[in-house]
Amino acid sequence: MTQKYRLAGHGLVDSSRPLRFHFDDRIYEGFAGDTLASALLANDVHLVGRSFKYHRPRGILGAWADEPNALVKIVRGRGRITPNLPATQVELVDGLVAYSQNRNPSLEHDRWSINDRLSRFLPAGFYYKTFMWPRRAWDAVYEPRIRAVAGLGVAPDAPDPDRYAQRYAHCEVLVVGAGPAGLAAASAAAAGGGRVILCDDRPRMGGSLLATSDALIDGGDARDWATGTLARLAALPNVRLLPRTTAFGYYPHNMIGLAERLGDHVEDGVAPVRERLWQVRAARVILATGAIERPLVFPDNDRPGIMLADAARTYLQLYGVAVGARPVVVTAHDAGYRVARELTSAGRATVLVDVRPGAAVSGAPFRIIRDARIEGTRGRLRVNAIDIVAGGRRERLACDAVLMCGGFTPTIHLASQSRGQMTWSADVQAYVPSGSVEDERTVGAASGRLELADALKDGWWAGIDAAKTSGGKIVAAPLPPRADVRQSIGKGGVIGALPHGRNPLRAKAFVDWQNDVTARDLALATREGFRSIEHVKRYTTTGMATDQGKLSNINSLGIVAASTGRAVEAVGFTTFRPPYTPVTFGTLAGSARGELFDPVRRTPIHGWAEAKGAAFEDVGQWKRARYFPRAGETMRQAVDRECLAVRSAVGIFDASTLGKIEVVGTDAAEFLERFYVNAWKKLGVGRCRYGVLLREDGFILDDGVIARLASDRFHVTTTTGGAARVLGLMEDYLQTEWPDLDVWLTSTTEQWSVIAIQGPRARELLAPLVEQLDISAAAFPHMSVGDAEICGVPTRLMRVSFTGELGFEINIPSGRARQVWEAIWARGQTLGLTAYGTEAMHILRAEKGYIIVGQETDGTVIPQDVGLGWAIGKAKPDFVGKRSLERPALLAKGRKQLVGLFTTDPSIVLEEGAQLMAPAGGPSLGHVTSSYYSASLGRSIALAMIKDGRALEDQPLMVPMPDGNIAVKVTGTVFVDPEGGRLND
Amino acid sequence: MLLIPCPYCGDRPEIEFSYGGQAHIARPPVPAALDDEQWGSFLYGRDNIRGPHRERWRHSHGCARFFNILRDTRTDLILASYRVGDPLPETGAL
Repeated sequence: MTQKYRLAGHGLVDSSRPLRFHFDDRIYEGFAGDTLASALLANDVHLVGRSFKYHRPRGILGAWADEPNALVKIVRGRGRITPNLPATQVELVDGLVAYSQNRNPSLEHDRWSINDRLSRFLPAGFYYKTFMWPRRAWDAVYEPRIRAVAGLGVAPDAPDPDRYAQRYAHCEVLVVGAGPAGLAAASAAAAGGGRVILCDDRPRMGGSLLATSDALIDGGDARDWATGTLARLAALPNVRLLPRTTAFGYYPHNMIGLAERLGDHVEDGVAPVRERLWQVRAARVILATGAIERPLVFPDNDRPGIMLADAARTYLQLYGVAVGARPVVVTAHDAGYRVARELTSAGRATVLVDVRPGAAVSGAPFRIIRDARIEGTRGRLRVNAIDIVAGGRRERLACDAVLMCGGFTPTIHLASQSRGQMTWSADVQAYVPSGSVEDERTVGAASGRLELADALKDGWWAGIDAAKTSGGKIVAAPLPPRADVRQSIGKGGVIGALPHGRNPLRAKAFVDWQNDVTARDLALATREGFRSIEHVKRYTTTGMATDQGKLSNINSLGIVAASTGRAVEAVGFTTFRPPYTPVTFGTLAGSARGELFDPVRRTPIHGWAEAKGAAFEDVGQWKRARYFPRAGETMRQAVDRECLAVRSAVGIFDASTLGKIEVVGTDAAEFLERFYVNAWKKLGVGRCRYGVLLREDGFILDDGVIARLASDRFHVTTTTGGAARVLGLMEDYLQTEWPDLDVWLTSTTEQWSVIAIQGPRARELLAPLVEQLDISAAAFPHMSVGDAEICGVPTRLMRVSFTGELGFEINIPSGRARQVWEAIWARGQTLGLTAYGTEAMHILRAEKGYIIVGQETDGTVIPQDVGLGWAIGKAKPDFVGKRSLERPALLAKGRKQLVGLFTTDPSIVLEEGAQLMAPAGGPSLGHVTSSYYSASLGRSIALAMIKDGRALEDQPLMVPMPDGNIAVKVTGTVFVDPEGGRLND
Repeated sequence: MLLIPCPYCGDRPEIEFSYGGQAHIARPPVPAALDDEQWGSFLYGRDNIRGPHRERWRHSHGCARFFNILRDTRTDLILASYRVGDPLPETGAL
């Protein structure tokens, strides 16, 4: 018989729409409107999981986001596997496939349940204490085994095929939570005419009103009031209702993160968007996040069938499901009586056990036992009895469900995240918000106003106030909704562990179901000296993982307070962190994944290089051609060929990624004079100079060639990766230190593409193509710049070299770069023109000892360290970083200096980053910064930063590597053409 | 995400800005006149304020201007926003 525990005439599920679903490969039936949890309970399935550490059988404890136990894996197809979802929040759809977790091989027979018998030896901090030695075994042995036994679900192994969207929204009032207080607040706020967003994490708005059977609002049924209010709100143009939307994080300046679920509840195929992230900026936030019932901490309080009383009431009133036939309600709060009465009316043989002292209540339709002590429960896969002591008499009550009611804990996660103040409330035995930092109000049960009438009023006036503040006019303000309830749920409740007569070393009274933390563990932690609640949390893992302590936090405070002899408010509480409930990575990532994860920058030559079969490398966001292999060539063969072609004939290289900044103004030269280490004022128009830029602390930040185009105009180049940084720093000095200078900065990186032509035949190649400029050696010497036309396209032509060969860099407006490149390429075929990539470029410059900022330098290197002391304008009184170069540490001996290295065996190419030692051993003297095979020299070369390295020329050193030491000799840094004759050809 | 009042553009979300560190640390006009300790303090010495903090921001993805704000580091509330060169807002009453 299916749905044995479904009660006709109860609940808001649609019994005309039965749905079939799978749980651990068995097929069950539920109704539209069910959650997986309510449908399982309707089928009398309580055993749904095994606990984290002890593998104890576990059931369903809650009815929504507070659920710590009933975590399931939902499978919607390949890549659509979601682990660790609370069954209480999974909406039932036809054909749903769910599996329990952390059991092997099955829920009924779990071989790791041995841990439960060993629990005396698995106390808090067990892992820290036991698996510390040997340290090496942690990674190899202990951790993998522990992970296999402990833990939650398994991560999916295929890419997520679903789509996720993101939106921004602004509103005058954001109301979080559509229970009585939230609905009242939204109604009142909407009357002001401002934009109102009302969100709620459940599929159906109404909050606690949906589970209400005994309340009247404005004289009518409370559920009807909720339905009517929602219909009125939905019809207003200034109101947006977002059901299935969790406000998961409260961020500064009233920005709230919302996660809206759009896909998982959709039947018949895959929804176009699974989830949507809303980033809402609200002028005012009203938090009506409600309250969560507290469990009671007594021995064996974790068997399947033991759950929160309010959850049982929700299953009864919202889903029409009885959680048992013979429930026992254990209560420390008046709300337990309401649950007992409602279950009794539904034909359940209910007993109420009140742990509080007091006279017996007469006239109730169910048995009431007062002043009781809970000694434990019985039943392996389902609770079947509870042992109590009352009036000095021990009694075993047979039952099939135990419902706990310890009072209500206001849900203050968001309020706390907003950095508002929290105060301990003795009335509700919990923390409640008592002051806001942001423009925020917490109302209703979330602020400790648990009575329906109070919550409605509180929400209403907060809404009126928000409407007024946002400039709205309330026309004849109506009165707040009025509530009549049959039974007040009152105040009070308990926190901490209940007293019992069992051996405290053996009794397991759970505080945190998800992490298997018991009252004994918390007491142990305090005995071991942990006093701060934050430390106790980390040591025992209380309040961690997916439920983030929604049920456990307050009880653990109570236990720590009691065992350290402090008042609860003296213990404080742990920080609430977002997210309130887990948010999928997909929602946070949105479309920023795969190709859209990060912008890709391509030069105008990219397509040409692609067609030539180039291999690309990532340089920041840029794609750069690394080498151009011909058919059958290895990378080494291709790179060798490219290098030799540049040295013997001519090569063409796409240098478009170089950063470019146009510096213009009457004070342009003065600005560069103050900014770069070099002297600029005397640089002639039409001339270039290699510039070095320091940070104010004296360390090299960037370098590049700077060309003077006119007395008031410079073309500055930067490293590929440094362009934005250099422009930012230039702006910083101009705007804040030297606002008097007449200088304008413009980034021209994207506007100019750069074609480098390098090699002894470079001029022969270009001369016929260049018009309006004489590029002969005499008229256009090394480090010249001039305007010209090439192939009919205007160009800013420079004679510069990063290879040591005769070289030109042709700046072309980017739109025409490909056309010019192809024209040069065609013309160069008879001259042996070879395209080379960044790998050859690196080798060619290393053969000349030219540094790359970020490769030879690392943020602790000054110009003198890398042989660039000559660049510094000695006569200049000041420039950025100059004063720092005089600091004692930068003048001291023993700094690392740039040198060259030859390996004794010329075929060995050193590892970049390898350390260097004296041949006899000793401490590291430095490290290899660049290392290549040089085809021009027919051997390997390397550059290195070595302590006092320039004094070690020709000395042997040693590079220790895992498979033996490599002998090297220190050399100068210039391996090819040390006289520099080729540059000036 | 902070909502930062750019004195040129108005309120904009934090992602449009880059942080520029503590404000009002002027570069000494004649660095050579400072001894090593004074210069080191200019380079590295910064306040670690619990409360209203004057700091620089740049509206990098907007007007690209540097400006100053007064932000309470305890609450992230921004108490004032002003241009480079403008007089400092009073903080005595804060």
